[in-house]
Amino acid sequence: MSNVRVLVGTKKGAFILSADGKREKWDVSGPHFGGWEIYHVKGSPVDPNRLYASQSTGWHGQVIQRSDDGGKTWQPVDNKFAYDGVAGTHQWYDGTPHPWEFARVWHLEPSLTDPDTVYAGVEDAALFRTTDGGRTWHELPGLRGHGSGASWQPGAGGMCLHTILLHPTDAERIFVAISAAGAFRSDDGGDTWRPINRGLKSESIPDPSAEVGHCVHRIALHPSRPEVLFMQKHWDVMRSDDAGETWQEVSGNLPTDFGFPIDVHAHEPDTIYVVPIKSDSEHYPLEGKLRVYRSRTGGHEWEALTNGLPQRDCYVNVLRDAMAVDGLDSCGVYFGTTGGGVYASADAGDNWTPIVRDLPAVLSVEVQTLP
Amino acid sequence: MIRITLPAHLRALVRIEGEMTLDVEGCVTQRSVLDALENRYPVLRGTIRDCLTQRRRPYVRFFACEKDLSHELPDSPLPPAVAAGLEPLLIVGAMAGG
Repeated sequence: MSNVRVLVGTKKGAFILSADGKREKWDVSGPHFGGWEIYHVKGSPVDPNRLYASQSTGWHGQVIQRSDDGGKTWQPVDNKFAYDGVAGTHQWYDGTPHPWEFARVWHLEPSLTDPDTVYAGVEDAALFRTTDGGRTWHELPGLRGHGSGASWQPGAGGMCLHTILLHPTDAERIFVAISAAGAFRSDDGGDTWRPINRGLKSESIPDPSAEVGHCVHRIALHPSRPEVLFMQKHWDVMRSDDAGETWQEVSGNLPTDFGFPIDVHAHEPDTIYVVPIKSDSEHYPLEGKLRVYRSRTGGHEWEALTNGLPQRDCYVNVLRDAMAVDGLDSCGVYFGTTGGGVYASADAGDNWTPIVRDLPAVLSVEVQTLP
Repeated sequence: MIRITLPAHLRALVRIEGEMTLDVEGCVTQRSVLDALENRYPVLRGTIRDCLTQRRRPYVRFFACEKDLSHELPDSPLPPAVAAGLEPLLIVGAMAGG
């Protein structure tokens, strides 16, 4: 029987939650790196025991940890993230130029084919890559340097590159998303980039349909149909059927289309999940009811999933990297909250149970499906 | 042999408890102490001073002999009592967060 391993990053350490394929009884390991913010932990698709973790604090900066045994032991690797050449400036919150300054790694995306190759999305927004298992990191400067970098500005959480999607069959194609710049695509392995934001509308920027400047919170794709992208924007849930060339809104009957995460069912490319949040200033569910919304039609038509989730007095948030799916036959869906709960559904969202209730605020959730 | 106290986050990172001792060659300064410390524990690179600029991180302070040495020049000699191992160099995380 397969097993699942849920990798949880929190404000005060990492936790590893393990279960067999029934996903009923869970073993909880942690905190790993107690006291440190763990923005993200992710495993290599080709070597599931190879994990990478982003560990940081405001006091002591960035550390990257690597495990070769599924998280039992960890070794620090290189933590030097130097922007290529003259770093230049981006826009600050007030619109004035602000120097590019490295703050932390938000997201680690291991290669689909090589456990030693990992992409890192950082704040201030840039994309780095290691090809030697984390011993050295180098920026892919074509992203910041493609032309619009000076106009990018931070979202409330900082100017972060938070999403990295690797095309499942075309190693040259990479998608990234930045708050608040938008989505970008490379078709040459990360050397050159262009914005892919046509169709997005954001009322909080001078030109609502501008090429860049959109606060994209998360994008997702299904590996069987990688030209179809789904996006949770600051406001609006969006879909692209042409690899980001154009976007259409698919918020449909959602009670609010503000939110952070979006993810796709492991076996149904048109089944997607979001967690609607009341507004950009009220980061909690409507009416104190924690509800995941599922669309089985690739958007437009949404149903609330509530069984097992708190339906009163719940005022947590679910952050952009804090939802994931497993690959078992009955797709498991997982998310973590800023209240420290990690919820699991072993039946594609119909029913939910908390794996743990009281961790530190959850920053990220990833799932590994193990043989 | 000088004595050093690290903040809790960094003690956990290098897996030591309490005060540590360190051999420092030549003049005992902030720079020579941090060089020796980072050579012995490479994981500390970037955690006390920025790994690119070598500047002290903003939320890190250096105290010794009941004085704040945080703003001394990196190559200024540390107090003789620190160099002699009579007093520890305290590397402190600034109080913040409640």
